[in-house]
Amino acid sequence: MMRSSQPLTGTNGRRCKEDEKLINATLRPGKRGYIIDTRSLNVAQQARAKGGGFEQEAHYPQWRRIHKCIERFNILQESLIKLVEACNDQSHNMDRWLSKLEASNWLTHIKEILTAACLAAQCIDREGASVLVHGTEGTDSTLQVTSLAQIILDPRCRTIRGFESLVVREWLQAGHPFQQRCAQSAYSNSKQKWEAPVFLLFLDCVWQILRQFPCSFEFNEQFLIMLFEHAYASQFGTFLGNNENERSKLKLPQKTMSLWSWVNRSEELSKFQNPLFEANSLVIWPSVAPQSLQLWEGVFLRWNRPSKFLDEAQEEMISIIRYN
Amino acid sequence: VENVRLLDRLSSRKAALGTLYLTATHVIFVENGSEARKETWVLHSQISSIEKQATTATGCPLLIRCKNFQVIQLVIPQERDCHDVYISLIRLARPVKYEELYCFSFNPKLDKEEREQGWKLVDLSEEYNRMGVPNNYWQISDVNRDYGVCDSYPTEVYVPKSATAHIIVGSSKFRSRRRFPALSYYCKDNNASICRSSQPLSGFSARCLEDEQMLQAIRKANPGSDFLYVVDTRPKLNAMANRAAGKGYENEDNYSNIKFQFIGIENIHVMRNSLQKMLEVCELKSPSMSDFLWGLENSGWLKHIKAIMDAGIFIAKAVAEEGVSVLVHCSDGWDRTAQVCSVASLLLDPYYRTVKGFMVLIEKDWVSFGHKFNHRYGNLDGDPKEISPVIDQFIECVWQLMEQFPCAFEFNERFLIHVQHHIYSCQFGNFLCNSQKERRELKIQERTYSLWAHLWKNRADYLNPLYRPDHSQTQGTLRPQMAPCNFLYKFWSGMYNRFEKGLHPRQSVTDYLMAVKEETQQLEEELEVLRERLANLQKSQLNDNKIKSKRQDRSKELGLSTSNNSLANTPQEYSNDLKSFPSRSPSQGDEEDSALILTQDNLKSSDPDLSANSDQESGVEDLSCRSPSGGGCLPSEDSGKDSDEAVFLAV
Repeated sequence: MMRSSQPLTGTNGRRCKEDEKLINATLRPGKRGYIIDTRSLNVAQQARAKGGGFEQEAHYPQWRRIHKCIERFNILQESLIKLVEACNDQSHNMDRWLSKLEASNWLTHIKEILTAACLAAQCIDREGASVLVHGTEGTDSTLQVTSLAQIILDPRCRTIRGFESLVVREWLQAGHPFQQRCAQSAYSNSKQKWEAPVFLLFLDCVWQILRQFPCSFEFNEQFLIMLFEHAYASQFGTFLGNNENERSKLKLPQKTMSLWSWVNRSEELSKFQNPLFEANSLVIWPSVAPQSLQLWEGVFLRWNRPSKFLDEAQEEMISIIRYN
Repeated sequence: VENVRLLDRLSSRKAALGTLYLTATHVIFVENGSEARKETWVLHSQISSIEKQATTATGCPLLIRCKNFQVIQLVIPQERDCHDVYISLIRLARPVKYEELYCFSFNPKLDKEEREQGWKLVDLSEEYNRMGVPNNYWQISDVNRDYGVCDSYPTEVYVPKSATAHIIVGSSKFRSRRRFPALSYYCKDNNASICRSSQPLSGFSARCLEDEQMLQAIRKANPGSDFLYVVDTRPKLNAMANRAAGKGYENEDNYSNIKFQFIGIENIHVMRNSLQKMLEVCELKSPSMSDFLWGLENSGWLKHIKAIMDAGIFIAKAVAEEGVSVLVHCSDGWDRTAQVCSVASLLLDPYYRTVKGFMVLIEKDWVSFGHKFNHRYGNLDGDPKEISPVIDQFIECVWQLMEQFPCAFEFNERFLIHVQHHIYSCQFGNFLCNSQKERRELKIQERTYSLWAHLWKNRADYLNPLYRPDHSQTQGTLRPQMAPCNFLYKFWSGMYNRFEKGLHPRQSVTDYLMAVKEETQQLEEELEVLRERLANLQKSQLNDNKIKSKRQDRSKELGLSTSNNSLANTPQEYSNDLKSFPSRSPSQGDEEDSALILTQDNLKSSDPDLSANSDQESGVEDLSCRSPSGGGCLPSEDSGKDSDEAVFLAV
């Protein structure tokens, strides 16, 4: 599986032999490849006017292009704001709850992202075909797809260390602009420009899969919530900056502590372990039916309801397994 | 009928080809095929509707919708056969006599004594004693011993000490269907009680001295409070409209020391339509998130569930926190009243959160108090306007509570699903007819078997591993929040999409933890044995003996190991445009079954009572599969490169 940004075909239908050679090199003998474009066909076509575009069939004959539209990042922040508003409505009125939830489109985004990731995984696992994923810049929806696909395909990504590596590889090193995206969250009054809960959506998707396969992940929900928090505000330098270049210029490794160094200490790690984890070597396929996707209460209703009863359930689970 | 196809409605895979059988009690589809002779059994009692669809080139489609939310799509090659099947099923699914029902032919091979014992398992007089009555404030009345006062009430009711027979009879004449105020729940800690009745026949201005005395008596039976709540569970408009028909509600001016309250739960017709709309959403093919959420909200279903729950919460609070007694009624006092009293009791008393206690609760508030099972759930062919998912809603309230309080219930989700299943199945006699009187006339206990005994025998399958009798959640009253953002009402896919396994979590936490607990228990027993042995050996001082301890592979035994089965975890439908993308790899062949993802949950009779003989229940049965009950068994996957995937055990 490869990731990139959009090809700069422009309105003249430019081609680039080196680009073609590069991605053709990943094709397995006798097999075609799939390009998963996270924009709708329309959007991809319109991108040509600004110098961007998509891979033309004539130039990439061995690749089949699939458009799996994932909403552009600027829409996502609005979604988050609406969702959080809906969740904070203290009225006892059930009438509008579901329609407010629907109006935020949050779960729709989850469904879109998971579906695209499952498709990418399916190409690889079922077809044995190589995959190239890109959107526009290759820094948002692209990364959601590639990282979730790996969680589906590779059991190592479901271990704590494996997941940490995944985040480092597919988000930090890949250049997801954390500093821009996580500058403000849902409550800010000032005007939003580059903010978007792209990483939170990714974590939510991971939680959805975790809920469907509760025994297949070495980490628990708390781990994901912790990562969400640190992406927005942290005493560690891990999520600072927009890419490796900036981090190196800011001398972060010298001036700050790494989140991982703290998380991976055994006394911290024990809080994030899933007592139900049983290592398996499987590919896990989540259901993306609406009935299977749920609101992530642990994040969105976290401060509204007493977590006491659910915490007690967790403790009970841990004690059953420990005693055994 | 041969060469019938059973379609999988959700996935686009090939249909199963087989033979359709109609028996006196079941519809059975047996799949052709050498190894896995998969069978699908559906009880006629479960059939809710049959739809004959337009004939196509492939044959005549027949859609069977069941009361347990199973939906079966058949395609019958010949139109004439299809029509025959259709007509037959219509008749079979609408019995006219009770004797046609399965419970009268069902034979679990128990002797007469065992059958009797089964019926004695749940004893209501024991239950009232447990509550603390009769006592100084409450007594048993046999005024209804021949059903002479109210034919939908039981023969024994509990009333306040100061309620004489005269008062009871007088009050009954002033209540719809003669359903006078009677005790549902007594809280011995503070003497507060929950009583239930039907609406008073007050019209605009009628009064009844005895009825007013009755309410006084209930109030006086609680010396800790100087007033009584009267809760009318109907919307105010409906209650007011009833006055024009000579019925209505209690006027605070006429009844001394009452505080009157409307709660606003809609009637059976609204609920029937609400369920219908929600099921339509469930039947949508590949709905978007918006379609689903809109559809769900439009049905109003969760709003109704919340209304019932909120009523229960109000009453529980009144009893537990304020120490005030409550009289609950709706119109006839057998639908909303039952729901609300049960929910309140469950919140108040941890006993009802145990397996036995739950059975007792249903027996008390639903069976004994004359909930009209026959009319509501269509045992016999009747008026479609009487059909309504009343007890289903109560059961869902319980599930919603289980999700919020995971340690508080002794039973698990499967227990609730099986209870619901059997309310419609008529395999047991508990939920026949409309009243205790009718059941006794039919001699139900001598001619059928009790569900409670059956469930009790299998209770190991129904336990919640997180339940501990000494846990804080299992003590005292449950106090759920009321705002939707504080108590998230979820769509119960385990019930309404019960048979679409692909939609559910593929690994069951409950089953995993139960397996761990079983293993722990075995290890403890083994430890005990070894300890004894050690003690004996030390006593006899025989140094030569070698202690052999069998280190069995525990995990394999309990099926925790991934190498122990033929289940597969396969991709769902991720692409609507199938032409552009195959959902199956060519190397896989035709053997995948993406919807029938098995979990240990399924193996343990999610479709109950599947023994390999004629006493079978609806669901998917695989006779060749090692598991004795339920679930489809998938043919083993190609062992090639997918050995990892093929051995996925959903524990």
